[in-house]
Amino acid sequence: MPSESGAISRDEVAHLARLARLAVTETELDTFAGQLDVILGSVARVGEVAAEDIPPTSHAVPLENVFRPDELRPGLSQEQALSGAPAAEEGRFRVPRILGEEA
Amino acid sequence: MSLTRLTAAELAEKIASREVSAVEAAQAHLDRIAEVDGEVHAFLHVGTEAALANAALVDEQVAAGTALGPLAGVPLALKDVFTTADMPTTCGSKILEGWRPPYDATVTARLRAAGITILGKTNMDEFAMGSSTEHSAYGPTHNPWDLSRIPGGSGGGSAAALAAFEAPLAIGTDTGGSIRQPAAVTGTVGVKPTYGGVSRYGLVACASSLDQGGPCARTVLDAALLHEVIAGHDPLDSTSIDRPVPSVVEAARIGAQGDLSGLRVGVVKELGGEGYQPGVRASFDAALQRLEKLGAEVVEVSCPHFEYAMAAYYLILPSEVSSNLARFDAMRYGLRVDEGASAEEVMAATREAGFGPEVKRRIILGTYALSSGYYDAYYGQAQKVRTLISRDFSAAFAKADVLVSPTAPTTAFPLGEKVDDPLAMYLNDLATIPTNLAGVAGMSVPSGLAEEDGLPVGLQIMAPALGEAVMYRVGAAFEASRTADEGALVAPEVAR
Amino acid sequence: MTAPALVDYADVVARYEPTLGLEVHVELSTNTKMFCGCATTFGAEPNTQVCPTCLGLPGSLPVVNRTAVESAIRIGLALNCSIAPWGRFARKNYFYPDMPKNFQTSQYDEPICVDGYMDVTLDDGEVVRVGIERAHMEEDTGKSLHVGGATGRIHGADYSLLDYNRAGVPLIEIVTRMIPGTGERAPEVARAYVTQLRDLIKSLGVSDVRMDQGSMRCDVNLSLSPAGSGVLGTRTETKNVNSLRSVERAVRYEMSRQAGVLDAGGEIVQETRHFEEQSGTTRAGRRKETSEDYRYFPEPDLVPIAPSESWVEELRGTLPEKPWERRARLQAEWGISDEELRDLVNAGAIDLISDTVAAGAPAGEARSWWVAYLAQQANARGVELAELPITPGQVARVIALVAAGDLNNKLARQVVDGVLAGEGEPDEVVESRGLTVVSDDGALIAAVDEALAAQPDVADKIRAGKVQAAGAIVGAVMKATRGQADAKRVRELIIERVGS
Repeated sequence: MPSESGAISRDEVAHLARLARLAVTETELDTFAGQLDVILGSVARVGEVAAEDIPPTSHAVPLENVFRPDELRPGLSQEQALSGAPAAEEGRFRVPRILGEEA
Repeated sequence: MSLTRLTAAELAEKIASREVSAVEAAQAHLDRIAEVDGEVHAFLHVGTEAALANAALVDEQVAAGTALGPLAGVPLALKDVFTTADMPTTCGSKILEGWRPPYDATVTARLRAAGITILGKTNMDEFAMGSSTEHSAYGPTHNPWDLSRIPGGSGGGSAAALAAFEAPLAIGTDTGGSIRQPAAVTGTVGVKPTYGGVSRYGLVACASSLDQGGPCARTVLDAALLHEVIAGHDPLDSTSIDRPVPSVVEAARIGAQGDLSGLRVGVVKELGGEGYQPGVRASFDAALQRLEKLGAEVVEVSCPHFEYAMAAYYLILPSEVSSNLARFDAMRYGLRVDEGASAEEVMAATREAGFGPEVKRRIILGTYALSSGYYDAYYGQAQKVRTLISRDFSAAFAKADVLVSPTAPTTAFPLGEKVDDPLAMYLNDLATIPTNLAGVAGMSVPSGLAEEDGLPVGLQIMAPALGEAVMYRVGAAFEASRTADEGALVAPEVAR
Repeated sequence: MTAPALVDYADVVARYEPTLGLEVHVELSTNTKMFCGCATTFGAEPNTQVCPTCLGLPGSLPVVNRTAVESAIRIGLALNCSIAPWGRFARKNYFYPDMPKNFQTSQYDEPICVDGYMDVTLDDGEVVRVGIERAHMEEDTGKSLHVGGATGRIHGADYSLLDYNRAGVPLIEIVTRMIPGTGERAPEVARAYVTQLRDLIKSLGVSDVRMDQGSMRCDVNLSLSPAGSGVLGTRTETKNVNSLRSVERAVRYEMSRQAGVLDAGGEIVQETRHFEEQSGTTRAGRRKETSEDYRYFPEPDLVPIAPSESWVEELRGTLPEKPWERRARLQAEWGISDEELRDLVNAGAIDLISDTVAAGAPAGEARSWWVAYLAQQANARGVELAELPITPGQVARVIALVAAGDLNNKLARQVVDGVLAGEGEPDEVVESRGLTVVSDDGALIAAVDEALAAQPDVADKIRAGKVQAAGAIVGAVMKATRGQADAKRVRELIIERVGS
């Protein structure tokens, strides 16, 4: 069901939700598609600004070359590391079976 | 006078002089929380034992004559977005329900080192996305001025705790106005420091390039005292500025003497136009007159690209959010639902169940804006607009020492009014967003009550990067003058 | 669907032209990880080298390891790359349980090293220039252990266990340009490139480059085009190629496989394939439902890196002699043949010999010790030569003691045995085991006289001019002195005594 303004369709929202690992419901898809369409219509205004020769800003404060010496710093114990784990086994995080290929 | 009505500066002095013990101060605020928080719901977690233990330690140190920081023993409410090793950290989200971080944020650590008593963790819109706290998974906070209204957001819990006298100090975070807008609608003071001024280590990220922790209080001086505790370089945050912290306490004390002569105050034309509630507009006009009366020269400046700030913000923020919140995947911590399925299914099901609608909306929006086919038109273009907004600020600060505007377009609106209309909700941050995009400093100080509804209005003061001293000076002068004429803003006693 | 038959290699190269590309990941041997202060030691207990940052805990932030940046720059300079004067890290967004943040902090369109090359020498001396497109910094992922199902494989597993000790270890990814025109030598070129790259990086001291431990990993990109067509074919990317031999085999196999597909009228699918060490074949990875969009954007939590010219030049000054240039120099200095040199390289003896020479030993002696007695010892213990518990300095000392006549060869071997057994420095072993050569002529003369008296017939032969018969007497004297005599001196004394 493509949206009226054509900015973002329901299918596209479904695709984006999959990319973002969100198992959204059908009802949500309807709501989000409509809302995102309105929001996108509004934020698309950035395109009105003539900014071809303007450098982009990725960082609010212009810092460069911030480094740390290659020195050990105490980290977490295994117990601390696993303290929040939904499941753990043999000192490792236990997770459900992985379908995807290893990257 | 009740201990909960004192300012942090007053309370600190009484604790240091042993007129009041830190334990008494902590207990008074814990009692107040027990009394009113059922209605206000500023807190998600109250750490009674740890608070009293800290207070007892401060009392011992005071008795032993140990040199302590200027806020030792003063209670504080910490936004639930900073990690605390001794308390849960939920960010207002179900996905982190019950999570106890194994480490303290740098801000948390600095508060502890200063002897400040952390009372508990305050409510917020989920992952700091919202302007009303209605997007908290744990229910909204209520504005102490009118419990049927929003306390602002995302840091509504911290602001409400101050307004309800549950704490004299609080910490917030400001990504697009989350400290300043709640301050405005609760009649309190809130400061967004220069980006890089306060460490983000342990601040659970909303949008990394915009987030900034900052102090919240009922007076400008209290905010300044807290500012100096939490600010300063942190080697654990690459974006932390390695420069001396501006002397904001001194600036606030000088400002309170009420002389702003020689200072130029710029009124941003693009932030002074339509869309403001009449009482907000009137309060702002009165504020300008007051600033002139204090000796400041009021000039008009133009920031032509500010009108695109919101559009740029709602591309940059969701993009960073979509990436920052990817880690909440049920593998290492937090919620896990649908045990037994594949990891991929568990991730998707957990994120679906654990995130609220506003978070999901922004994740999807950000995923879209960063997609290869759209990157240049959306994210890339927004970053360029960001450059133009920074240039607007630079030009404006060449003409004025500080810039001013109303903090928020309206006073506190009724709970439920905008919760299903994202775009209407986003408009609350119209005036506060540009400072986050440019990384400059901003604060909100109470400017009085709107005539039509009797609710607080905030004046926003903005300063260049690391220009906090002049901002505090103007804020303190304005506050002293206004309070002398109209009295401090005190929320009506919360029903008991 | 059965796969088309493989095409015989000679037939492949007669009709197709391969284009090769190699992506090599190198784990740096810094003390700490790329973005946090956790240790990078291989083989530690699971999840004991982790902190909020490399576990991706909410609120944690990265800070760049300066040494890792220096290592990246040095690798770039050694590969004749330009060093970017300004660049940012980027986030590569995708979900995978071994990646704590569900994005990898990497470099995307602003790599720190660009446009380099390496001249790769093949066995017969032919030189192929391999263009380096880029070398960039990124972080490693954690490790998954798949439980249940068949033999720890991901498919059919019941669940997985994750260890994040490796997550955040600094990686440098080195990407070649497409290498055309290698023809039948493509597998050889691939292997030679990876070998030479390994040696180069090792010489910089920035990585262990152990393919068996995963500190160097190789992906092979390969495509075929009909000979003379000039049309670039579709490429496959083969991962998990984890030994030098496998690099060669993977290229060869992909060439035969792709030719088979093309010959059968099929199309090569652009895909990721996995190399199977056992069979020497490649298999297709699971096809993804949607094409991956990594949604790269500049990492907001890290600030740009802008290496100054002076910093880069300072690092250029630390580059050692290229290993292949050094080898050529040593070959000349030691006066050895190509074959002997290759044996030394294969035995991993070059550095050891060179260091032994640097410690004062003559090259011939140094070489002989390392490739003979010490090589046997390493072999017997099942370790690499370099892993033997003896230093080049200690070997040089033993050689010096022999030269001074304090030890003979047999005693020298006993001293080395002592050092290997952990008994201390060579001089301490000599002392504690009492291994000095008997140089007191008086004692030796007595032993010689005794031996001559015991074997009068031999004494007569010597007297008659059959000097080689003295060997029997030497043997007897050595036995009598429990090997502690200087055989040369004994021989001189025998001649002296029979003549007197």
